[in-house]
Amino acid sequence: MTPELMEQGAQRYERAQEALVQGKTASGGRAAAFSRPLVRGEVDTTHGRILYLEDVQVSFDGFKAINGLNLDIAPGELRCIIGPNGAGKTTMMDIITGKTRPDSGSVFFGSTIDLLRYKEPEIAALGIGRKFQKPTVFEELTVFENLELALATHKGVWPSMKFGLNGEQKDRLSEVLQTIHLKDSVRRRSGDLSHGQKQWLEIGMLLMQEPKLLLLDEPVAGMTDEETARTAELFLTLKGKHSLMVVEHDMSFIRAISEKVTVLCDGAVLAEGTLDQVQADERVIEVYLGR
Amino acid sequence: MTTQVLTSAAGLPAKGPLLARSGWGAILVALLVVCALAPALNLLVPESSIFHLSDYMVGLLGKIMCYAICALAMDLIWGYTGILSLGHGLFFALGGYVMGMYLMRQIGREGSYQSDLPDFMVFLDWKELPWTWALSDSFAATLLLVLLVPGLVAFVFGYFAFRSRIKGVYFSIITQALTFAAMLLFFRNETGFGGNNGFTDFKRLLGLPLATQEMRMTLFVLTGLTLLGCYLFARWLVSSKFGRVLQAIRDAESRVMFCGYDPLPYKLTIWVISAVMCGVAGALYVPQVGIINPGEMSAANSIEIAVWAAVGGRASLIGPIVGAFIVNGAKSWLTVTFPEFWLYCLGALFIVVTLYLPQGVVGLVQKLRIKKGGQA
Repeated sequence: MTPELMEQGAQRYERAQEALVQGKTASGGRAAAFSRPLVRGEVDTTHGRILYLEDVQVSFDGFKAINGLNLDIAPGELRCIIGPNGAGKTTMMDIITGKTRPDSGSVFFGSTIDLLRYKEPEIAALGIGRKFQKPTVFEELTVFENLELALATHKGVWPSMKFGLNGEQKDRLSEVLQTIHLKDSVRRRSGDLSHGQKQWLEIGMLLMQEPKLLLLDEPVAGMTDEETARTAELFLTLKGKHSLMVVEHDMSFIRAISEKVTVLCDGAVLAEGTLDQVQADERVIEVYLGR
Repeated sequence: MTTQVLTSAAGLPAKGPLLARSGWGAILVALLVVCALAPALNLLVPESSIFHLSDYMVGLLGKIMCYAICALAMDLIWGYTGILSLGHGLFFALGGYVMGMYLMRQIGREGSYQSDLPDFMVFLDWKELPWTWALSDSFAATLLLVLLVPGLVAFVFGYFAFRSRIKGVYFSIITQALTFAAMLLFFRNETGFGGNNGFTDFKRLLGLPLATQEMRMTLFVLTGLTLLGCYLFARWLVSSKFGRVLQAIRDAESRVMFCGYDPLPYKLTIWVISAVMCGVAGALYVPQVGIINPGEMSAANSIEIAVWAAVGGRASLIGPIVGAFIVNGAKSWLTVTFPEFWLYCLGALFIVVTLYLPQGVVGLVQKLRIKKGGQA
């Protein structure tokens, strides 16, 4: 290998690192190139896909929860997933976040990271955030402490023992507090919040993690109409900077935010397209209205 | 808890001091009582005076302070992390045995058989010390082993248990089985730790006779200082972000994982810290009571530690210390006056606390104070 080539390689590596730290753009500010060095933990989206599921199969005691699922999501996309109960929506999120191992198939984050090789905390650290169906916050801690815990930082034991917020992180925290409209409740025990506020807090915790991909399981369940409208607004501002996958039953909410909708049924994709397209689809009408 | 909340420019709560001013005041008072008042009342005030602190009381309080360290350790793992251990008696006993071995060697040739070996070995017709006793004549090594032995046992056990994601009641049962198995092992003479008689008849510590008023007082002061030190250390731990992650693990472990924290090292760290604290308590306990035997590893002992923590109030640090004093104070009084009723009282106390005082005595006091003070 000539010195120039080595030099170029080193420069590319540096640029990639820089892009990784700054999280510049979805593709790290680079065009696709052949034989680019692999950077550990870097999400390579140069092929236009941030999440890629192929022929995934999962069965629980013989019941096929996921049956040959193929799905991909582009960087910056806001994808809505709908489907009847038991279609495998939550199981799909379990697979992506490492909670459930599929029997077969492949799940890639970017084009280089095989998610099936990682455990839940590692997947979270790679940049996939998840909101549960039932709002899950740390009830005994205050709103402030909840957000502080979720903050993207070193998550080891020793760094946690001597952790203190720096100025930049404080700004980030107040920014998120503003976004989720909980500024006046900073010191409140999060267990005392209303259902809708807990949903917001959990979304805020996701934002603190600065994930590249957000998985949101029924984010507006139990929210008032006003809160739902605000959530829709928030998701639209997140789109582009982050990729979002939203599972919802609330059709008016989906109409407000969606560009592309995927319909899941019996563990596989039934239809894909705009909301109007899928709503006109005969098969979709059939699974929703009964056969 | 009275952590003061200051406000920073951004309107966010700033990191409060480790203890509020009143908290430091209480620590100072405790320090004075342990280091000055108690020794003065015991050593200087004549026995005829009503202010005299009897040797019996010094021994009793010293013993209870050892228990309080255990209860504090239990609070870290149970109250804050939500992992109920019913095997902490094992770590206490291990610390005690390590200290006991040193004290046995200190007897020297003054045993009934006038041999270099401890009496029970002569009795078993052993000719030399087993390898486990290799470091037992060095005090420095003993101090180190007091930390290392319980720590290592806890680390190995905890690593496998937490890695397999064993939780809740299953974990409690396994820890109970662990201490029971260890008790059976230590009951055997072949294990080399005195069988069912354990170690006793200690004579000296660091060459100084144990059975003197001054030595008793020294051990009392040391125990008190250790208790205060452990309390401050625990307070620092739980008020750091580390402590909040522990509470988060207790409340919603899967959320913690999806926040990017691996719970394993967190659980393991607090588990080992908790075990080492118990070991230190055991090492302080043995020279004060003058005996250690496998009975300390019995299931009931470990359960009692959990009862102290529950009675005093979990997840408050001060609660379990108070609980250890209340329960053991009641125990030493009742076992003398109504010996046959003690176990009934303990059982009733546990039921009452579980049903009506989920926050324990400390929680009750706090509730009353809030009610009385209204806004304040």
